[in-house]
Amino acid sequence: MHPAYSVIVFTTASGAGLGLIALLSAGAALGLIPPDRTLGIAGFGVGFALFTGGLLSSTLHLGRPERAWRAFSEWRSSWLSREGVAAVVTYVPAGIAALGWVMLGRSDGIFAVAGVLAALAAAVTVYCTGQIYASLPTIRQWQQPLTTPVYLILALATGALLATALLAVLGHPWSLAARVAFLALAVGLLMKMLYWRAIDTSRPRYTIEAATGLGALGKVRPLDPPHTQPNFVMREMGFEIARKHAERLRGFVVLTLFALPMALLAIAGAAPSPIPPMAIVLAAGSAAVGVLVERWLFFAEAEHVSMLYYGKAAA
Amino acid sequence: MTSLPQRTDRKLGLVIDLDICVGCHGCATSCKEWNTGGYSAPLSDQDPYGADPHGAWLNRIHAYEVGEGAASRTVHFPRSCLHCETPACVTVCPTGASYKRAEDGIVLVNPDTCIGCKLCSWACPYGAREYDYAHGVMKKCTLCVDRIYNTNIPERDRVPACVKACPTGARAFGDLGDPQSEVSRSVAVRGGYNLLEAFGYQPVNKYLPPRERRDATTAARSASPPTMPTSDGTSIERFFAWVDRTLSAKET
Repeated sequence: MHPAYSVIVFTTASGAGLGLIALLSAGAALGLIPPDRTLGIAGFGVGFALFTGGLLSSTLHLGRPERAWRAFSEWRSSWLSREGVAAVVTYVPAGIAALGWVMLGRSDGIFAVAGVLAALAAAVTVYCTGQIYASLPTIRQWQQPLTTPVYLILALATGALLATALLAVLGHPWSLAARVAFLALAVGLLMKMLYWRAIDTSRPRYTIEAATGLGALGKVRPLDPPHTQPNFVMREMGFEIARKHAERLRGFVVLTLFALPMALLAIAGAAPSPIPPMAIVLAAGSAAVGVLVERWLFFAEAEHVSMLYYGKAAA
Repeated sequence: MTSLPQRTDRKLGLVIDLDICVGCHGCATSCKEWNTGGYSAPLSDQDPYGADPHGAWLNRIHAYEVGEGAASRTVHFPRSCLHCETPACVTVCPTGASYKRAEDGIVLVNPDTCIGCKLCSWACPYGAREYDYAHGVMKKCTLCVDRIYNTNIPERDRVPACVKACPTGARAFGDLGDPQSEVSRSVAVRGGYNLLEAFGYQPVNKYLPPRERRDATTAARSASPPTMPTSDGTSIERFFAWVDRTLSAKET
């Protein structure tokens, strides 16, 4: 599948922003994070900026961005529509929690309820994003049990890294957030490894013979192409990445998204005073690069059934 | 509304005979010609006179080689929207621009509400939807909805442009929900099949498989070698036989 850059930016930025918003609002609701004004402005500022920026970015891949509002109507049947609705709904409790925190310095009572609801709505939004991909039987690498869990855990991990970085830079206790980030990264790494193993070992479901229905006559091979230049279907669905490049990029993802941030978090936990904030910011930066590559690879490794008609032996 | 109709009154669709399609692309060009001025207008092209020309077409004609060696054969394979009974391309649409008509089962995209997110094309296993890069919306076969009910054209022309154009009669149009229709009967007789049935989208369009070979390979097995015709015994035949024998004798 062709990696749409606006969609990669959207899912990664919004995922991290929603993870951050969820952790801040739920953490404050549970009394784990003090509703400090500077922290609130910085935390919700970064969270909403990433979330909103991602949403706006996602409209860039639309042929008709000015009609994006229409996407809220079909939540009964469409995961994409549900994602849009959930994203907008998230603003309400998250906005209330942020206002209580920043304007009133409060995260109790109604603001605590809003905080918990914001965390839930954020999780639902990311879940819908994952389901857009996981619900497509046309793409074996996407219709996997781990697709949506990976989206959720990576949103949590990147959001937790951001939260840890903000807490550390602004001089608040950050060790609990760091532990959440470390744990989320560890679980994320495990899930991603299992995901890669699943797509490597799961057998292709369809062949060119099945696609054309001509298998009874023998092996099917393309003879004359239907057009001389790639059409939309080939450009969109036919994007492929060489196996060896995929291997290398997987290694890069393991290093930058998981191993390096986890090592830096461990260093931050043990190092003396000026080092921890720097190490944590570095960890967040590394994970940001890593998650972009991870998402790019998620598209590049996905093979679409329609390519069977263009001569792919199996998909 | 992208929820599917419970049932459709009719199941209009195409039956494509892979036995007689010659791969002339006449249906594809006719489709492009009609639809760039019809419901789906425009069907834009990108870089049409440059190094990388491509554009939105609603019908694509593949050619495959099937089987091995002397037994192999060429099968021309037109591919377009199959107007599935339960199409995923419709249910994934976030705006309701993609829809299936309850009256005749035609799957359409409303070009005025499509946002061009392309998710429907991801959901279609048949690669039947093509995005129009200039128009910014998704395009697909309309079954020539603007021809088949069009009272401004003669009744015999009220069929999809591809069916009208096919010089070999490899494409037939009709109601596949009516078991008595001509298309349903041909499907029953010839063993018409669905593409990628495992997806469960229940395509309405059917493909008729190529028939058994009828060339030298198969003919030689059954028939004895043809013999020369002999005289039928009439006097005129006997006269010419005498002339032939006499002249042949003189030559030697």
